[in-house]
Amino acid sequence: MAPAWLTPRRATVAGLALLLAALWLVFPSGFYFRIATLVWISALAAVGLNLLMGLAGQVSLGHAGFVGIGAYAVALGPRHLGLDLLPSLGLGLVLAGLLALLVGRPILRLRGHYLAVATLGLGILVWLVLNSEVAITGGPDGIQVQRLVLVGWRVAGAETWYWITGLALVLGVLVALNLEESPTGRALRALHDSEVAAAVAGIDVARAKLAVFVIAAVYAALAGGLLALFNRFVTPQAADFLHSIELVTMVVIGGMGSSLGAVVGAAVLTILPQALTVFHDYEHAVLGLTIILFMIFLRQGIVPSLAALLARRAP
Amino acid sequence: MDQLLQFVFSGLTVGAVYALVALGFTLIYNASDVINFAQGEFVMLGGMVTVFAVAAGMPLPLAALVAIAVAVATGLALHRLAIEPARGASAVTLIIVTIGASILIRGLAQMVFDRQFHALPAFTGEEPIRVLGASILPQSLWVLGGAAAIVLALWLFMERTLLGKAVRATAANRLAARLVGIDTTLVLALAFGISGAIGAIAGILITPITLTSFAVGTLLALKGFAAAMLGGMGNPVGAVVGGLALGLLESLAAGFISSTYKDAVAFLVILGVLFVLPQGLFGRRAVERV
Amino acid sequence: MSAIAAEGIGISFGGLRALDGVSFAAEPGEVFSIIGPNGAGKTTLFNIISGLYRTGEGRVRLAGEDVTGLPPHLLAARGLSRTFQNLQVFFRMTAEENVMVGRHLRERQGLLAALLHLPWVARQNRATRDRARELLAFVGLAERARDPAGSLPYGALKRLEIARALAAEPRVLLLDEPAAGCNPVETEEIDRLIAAIAERGTTVVLVEHDMKLVMRISHRILVLNHGRMLAQGRPAEVRTNPEVIAAYLGRHGAEAAHAAG
Repeated sequence: MAPAWLTPRRATVAGLALLLAALWLVFPSGFYFRIATLVWISALAAVGLNLLMGLAGQVSLGHAGFVGIGAYAVALGPRHLGLDLLPSLGLGLVLAGLLALLVGRPILRLRGHYLAVATLGLGILVWLVLNSEVAITGGPDGIQVQRLVLVGWRVAGAETWYWITGLALVLGVLVALNLEESPTGRALRALHDSEVAAAVAGIDVARAKLAVFVIAAVYAALAGGLLALFNRFVTPQAADFLHSIELVTMVVIGGMGSSLGAVVGAAVLTILPQALTVFHDYEHAVLGLTIILFMIFLRQGIVPSLAALLARRAP
Repeated sequence: MDQLLQFVFSGLTVGAVYALVALGFTLIYNASDVINFAQGEFVMLGGMVTVFAVAAGMPLPLAALVAIAVAVATGLALHRLAIEPARGASAVTLIIVTIGASILIRGLAQMVFDRQFHALPAFTGEEPIRVLGASILPQSLWVLGGAAAIVLALWLFMERTLLGKAVRATAANRLAARLVGIDTTLVLALAFGISGAIGAIAGILITPITLTSFAVGTLLALKGFAAAMLGGMGNPVGAVVGGLALGLLESLAAGFISSTYKDAVAFLVILGVLFVLPQGLFGRRAVERV
Repeated sequence: MSAIAAEGIGISFGGLRALDGVSFAAEPGEVFSIIGPNGAGKTTLFNIISGLYRTGEGRVRLAGEDVTGLPPHLLAARGLSRTFQNLQVFFRMTAEENVMVGRHLRERQGLLAALLHLPWVARQNRATRDRARELLAFVGLAERARDPAGSLPYGALKRLEIARALAAEPRVLLLDEPAAGCNPVETEEIDRLIAAIAERGTTVVLVEHDMKLVMRISHRILVLNHGRMLAQGRPAEVRTNPEVIAAYLGRHGAEAAHAAG
């Protein structure tokens, strides 16, 4: 029996922090830190998306659009607006949140999977703009991002970024779990099961969904910003449809409704292509097959399935 | 004026393809509530298989038949191997399954065929026909005529055959259809097969005009979906009208506004429809029972 | 002033006249029942009153305030709550969490505070949980607090919905067939619950098919038939009303009842 102070929320966050430290001790080379950094960044976006999908039962098929906004804010803010990197990042988060607000407000009053459809359109529009405005964004070839300098400290090296993005992820998971354990979190889980009953309980369903959509968009933009700063380069691929689908797949494979699941899903989908680069030609076929097989055979996702298995072993 | 007519011709040609893709969406959606994002891959298969069969020495009509057969088989396999096993899953899960299938089919096509763009010769010559000062390709007439023939054939099938009536009954009320002895699984398989055939025909007809490659499916699926949304998801007439309207809008936008953002039209349409009339042009409003 | 009043409510679905000129008013602490054969329009009336359906005909007042056409969550904020004929339980949440959701209106909201998990959020969570436990005990589900709602039997879910509705501390509670599908013991339990709720001053508007239950606990009864008001009055009056008997048993049955009675 776990002690009372070790709530699932604290256990998850502590476990993640321990994992961060443990991997740091065992990783032999920069390559591993690089991959892990990419996992932490994807996981951050997936954790936000999971709030939308897992808690509220709403789907965004264009979430990479928000990733793109965060990434390009970091690339374009210093270049075109003369802003420093961090204010640019902040601007990206605000823009992503505002866009989500603008699009979500009319859509989320409707019941059903209209958000999936609307975000699908929105995501592709963002990608189209990033791809087409060559004079501003550099077009399909992508664009360079300045090196991050924090009060005189030039942030460089995979290990450093491993820690920055890893801590960002831990904080992101903490905030996500905080949301779950709040009236808003309960409201979101409730409306997932029955919007009618949630409304009768006094919940402003449209408003609650809008709030979580904006939050998820900000998570994605933050992930995008970190990705651009880490890679020091960004292409419109960050915002494309396939990336949106990858984000959704991370959440579903890891297990909808589980923040830890989102991290696991991000790890699977980030590491899998690295392992598959050997079979470069089969990469898409294998990704597609993986998605289908998971949906058929492990629909609950990895983490909830494991949790159920453990619960059955130890009654 | 001539220019406008020119845009209308090219818009209707592309719109006919969107309409066929939207029709495929509608068939499957009505039989199962599944939104099949692999719909565009049928179009891709139609074009690519025909190209490679012709290159292998087959006469065009035979190659086209082979391509249709491949797409139908793919549709049936998709239903049997991916949709049936996931039966009872949420709408989101099923959407992801079809997206996974779309990525898989594209990946396989890339391995079996190649990454190049390919063309087919026009069926009956390249000489444009002059109409009221504008010109229209003979192949455009093939596309429009082919689309009209498919719509007509589908309509006859739905209205006049027992199997077609079973499909309609399933669309109207799945539980009731099952209660009166209709095999709804068979109906859904049929819907996937027909959607495969329709998609393939669209792909074969349009390839001489727009070229094809392993990757053309995604954008076509998304645009066909936009057309289906515009018409009102689940309404076959709406799908056709939505497809033609989307093609026209795209062509006019490319001509008068910016060809860079031609592809944006479909997605602006999606957002516009959702903002203004979420039921689509021909959608029905449902009262929810509590 | 009546706790709730409906005036001239009417609605049509397609060509079907589902409700026509229905009016009633219920007082604080009253158990007011609406009965009628299947298809009489009882649930439709509930759906209009609770803001799920909109209609241009008639007005609804809560404690005198005209609330016609307000969406459900704003009606809830004005003290109206309800349960559902075909359960609308949050199946993925525990019984306790279901009731905690019912406390939503009584909780302080603050998204930023929630994201940062400020101390008062944790305190409030505990208070909400305690209150949910009390309500579960009140409806006899204390032992099932931590169980997923999906694992509860039907009768328990009916009571869970009542607990959730009560969590909002409503002034008017609409109960849609709370005893449907319940065994006699469970029905008696619901009987006791309704009486206890009304005793606290909450107005209970009840739709129910179990005539014994209705006759036993109602102060007044409204009888609907084909969307119209057939009769209204105290249980004893309604029970002996020949039109009511005819509607329920048919002409033939009415004669039989008359002969027997």
